[in-house]
Amino acid sequence: MQTLDALAQQARALAQGALTVAETEVDRQMHICNGCRYCEGFCAVFPAMTRRLEFGKADIHYMANLCHNCGACLHACQYAPPHEFAINVPKAMAQVRGQTYADYAWPRGLGQLYQRNGLTMALALAAGLGLFLALAMHRQGTLWDVHVAGGFYAVFPHQLMVGLFAPIFIFAVLALGLGVRRFWRDVTPATSGAALGATASAEAAHAALRLKYLDGGHGEGCHNEDDAWTHARRRFHHLTFYGFMLCFAATSVATVYHYVFGWPAPYALPSVPKLLGVVGGVSLLCGAVGLAWLNIRRHPDHGDPAQKPMDLGFIALLAVTSLSGLLLWLLGGTAAMPLLLAIHLGTVMALFLTLPYGKFAHGIFRTAALLRFAVEKRQPNRLGLGGE
Amino acid sequence: MVVDVLVIGGGNAALCSALMAREAGATVRVLESAPRAWRGGNSAHTRNLRCMHDAPQDVLVDAYSEEEFWQDLLKVTGGLTNEHLARLVIRHSATCRPWMVKHGVRFQPSLSGALHTARTNAFFMGGGKALVNAYYRSAESLGVQVDYNAEVDQIELDAGRFVAASVMHKLPDGSVRRERIEAGACVLAAGGFESNRAWLREAWGQNERGEYPADQFLIRGTRYNQGVLLKHLLAQGADRIGDATQAHMVAIDARAPLYDGGICTRIDCVSLGVVVNRDARRFDDEGEDFWPKRYAIWGRLVAQQPGQVAYSIIDAKAVGRFMPPVFEGTQANSLPELARKLGLDEHVFMQSMNDYNQACRVGTFDHTALDDCHTEGLSPAKTHWARPIDTAPFYAYAVRPGVTFTYLGLKTDDTAAVHFNKVPSPNLFVAGEMMAGNVLGKGYTAGVGMTIGTAFGRIAGEQAARAALKQGVAHANA
Repeated sequence: MQTLDALAQQARALAQGALTVAETEVDRQMHICNGCRYCEGFCAVFPAMTRRLEFGKADIHYMANLCHNCGACLHACQYAPPHEFAINVPKAMAQVRGQTYADYAWPRGLGQLYQRNGLTMALALAAGLGLFLALAMHRQGTLWDVHVAGGFYAVFPHQLMVGLFAPIFIFAVLALGLGVRRFWRDVTPATSGAALGATASAEAAHAALRLKYLDGGHGEGCHNEDDAWTHARRRFHHLTFYGFMLCFAATSVATVYHYVFGWPAPYALPSVPKLLGVVGGVSLLCGAVGLAWLNIRRHPDHGDPAQKPMDLGFIALLAVTSLSGLLLWLLGGTAAMPLLLAIHLGTVMALFLTLPYGKFAHGIFRTAALLRFAVEKRQPNRLGLGGE
Repeated sequence: MVVDVLVIGGGNAALCSALMAREAGATVRVLESAPRAWRGGNSAHTRNLRCMHDAPQDVLVDAYSEEEFWQDLLKVTGGLTNEHLARLVIRHSATCRPWMVKHGVRFQPSLSGALHTARTNAFFMGGGKALVNAYYRSAESLGVQVDYNAEVDQIELDAGRFVAASVMHKLPDGSVRRERIEAGACVLAAGGFESNRAWLREAWGQNERGEYPADQFLIRGTRYNQGVLLKHLLAQGADRIGDATQAHMVAIDARAPLYDGGICTRIDCVSLGVVVNRDARRFDDEGEDFWPKRYAIWGRLVAQQPGQVAYSIIDAKAVGRFMPPVFEGTQANSLPELARKLGLDEHVFMQSMNDYNQACRVGTFDHTALDDCHTEGLSPAKTHWARPIDTAPFYAYAVRPGVTFTYLGLKTDDTAAVHFNKVPSPNLFVAGEMMAGNVLGKGYTAGVGMTIGTAFGRIAGEQAARAALKQGVAHANA
């Protein structure tokens, strides 16, 4: 059986092609880590590693996306630089992770947008802002008007907004869905091939929604600028993610109000969409600012420095989205409204345009990896390593 | 600046001393000879603490009584121990973990591949370097001053009383600044001398083949355990324990780095195959017992072979049954090809392999038990897990002796005091590898080094604080 499995694995590896430079580095490091295993308690990556003797392309893609870049294994590593083994798992994994986002992008050609992600973000933002500023000017002849009767829809009619955003949103969902479907198909055979069950799904959902693997395994947090534990990243990420989801919920509820009940926007403060939007917007803004602050102060050896523009670009788009949305609420009755509305909608458009080609993808691929981990850990371990 | 307690060393024992002394109210300064990136000495390579416990605890299953721990220690040391000090250490291990947790150490369940230690050993989450990081962080937050690149090479004594230490601060520009540091008391916790190649060469001498075996030894831990202070104290008449020719060594991958190869350079497939020396001959029973109980013996066995090298040979049947080696093995599709790739005499090698294969009496193979697969009429015999090596591909791993630590140290008592002519110093204490030989005269059992270091580190720190503060009061009253 052992030989058959080995042959099957070899065949898989051949079918998937040779390892890239970043994948070869993960393979090298995992062979050393597998002989040490001190980090087993930190996260899911090391338990996944101990089920393997060889690391094929799919294994590496899976493990790279399981890694949350918490930094615990780097600070604890007896083989970290300046040791000649130069083990830096968070960095090696981050480099492969970045590569997988591009490799699994749909359509494939657009994966290149990850190569210059700062530029991608900037162009998307410029396009979004340009479009809405031009539209506003074209329709109103001014961006500064104290006498805006009829609210937002006077500036941009509801039909126009739906017509612009619906296709972009549907495309983003489709692109991310098709990308992660290909990832799932590639890593499933490498993670036991077993089907996803309810308990595994629940466990993975729990791990993703609570950011379990940013708790250090001991529950006291991960690392940011040094070897101290902190919950800051986990908390700011929660503010960001749940803030984003509340904003999304606000829009969804408003859509229902509009189409089902025929209640057009704007909604006053005690209303559900407004409450969700205000709480979500404040939360998203706080989270994004916090994550940016942590990102800038991050230990230079954590992760892949080449991905900082992608990380910060995405964080900035989230922050501008939430800030402009909140300002629009506060200053909606002033002359600044048309300008703010154009800025807000332009930013939101840039955000959605780049969802499948930016940092947002990490949540999708990591969730897929966590689901496969929850499945794989329930399968018997094929290896029977005796002794120490 | 004068401090109450000066701690020389920067590993587990040193930091336990520093933390205890600081908690007792003393001002403390720690001198670590390594740069910050290499701090912690051999502690950074450790992974667990052997712990006595009478009932299941967080990460420890069942119970491990004082008596059982003591019997284990008695067995591995062959009686080269001190029962009073050993039991002190053992009892200490039952109560020290909450204190460790207080200072930031976290524990995790026994690692996969080390399940047999789930009852006896509490594993540090992230291993020894995480423990060292936690202790340094805690020490700094309590106001302990830590100097890196600070090597102490001289201690001033006055009739057995510590007066001052002379430290060389190695500065970033390559220059050296000397500083004389007075303190009310001092803890020596600067490790053994295993990284000092010249000393190892001198201790091991020349063998009958004219070789200096120690020149081929690899050092599994830090390069900073040069034994400078140990030599200095012994020269000043401190009482010694153990002798310099004794070292704990295991058979490790010959391609391991010269220093700091740590745990991952081990070769765990010895008991699943055969081992031949440079002359392509077998030289010992590879299947006498489980590998964890044998690897230290094999370090010494390999040290006695020509060229201090040997080759662990397995076939495809063994793959997946042992902890994966860090470096790829030499692979071949036939045994003669393997001999050629290893540069061994093909004729002798095939004779050794054929003799072994024909002598195998295979019963029910089970690598998790002392099974009934053995050889008959073969010398040396292989008494368990003997299966013919006949299934391609074949793999070989070259092994060399890897030194973990040396046993030579300073004699001490239950107050951790350094002794001069059997008289304990009033204010000079010793902890860790520098005195582990008092408890562990030879042999080893997993995690006991950290147990000794933690127990004596804490005792030394407490005693040093008491000695320094008492002295301070005496000065104030005078």
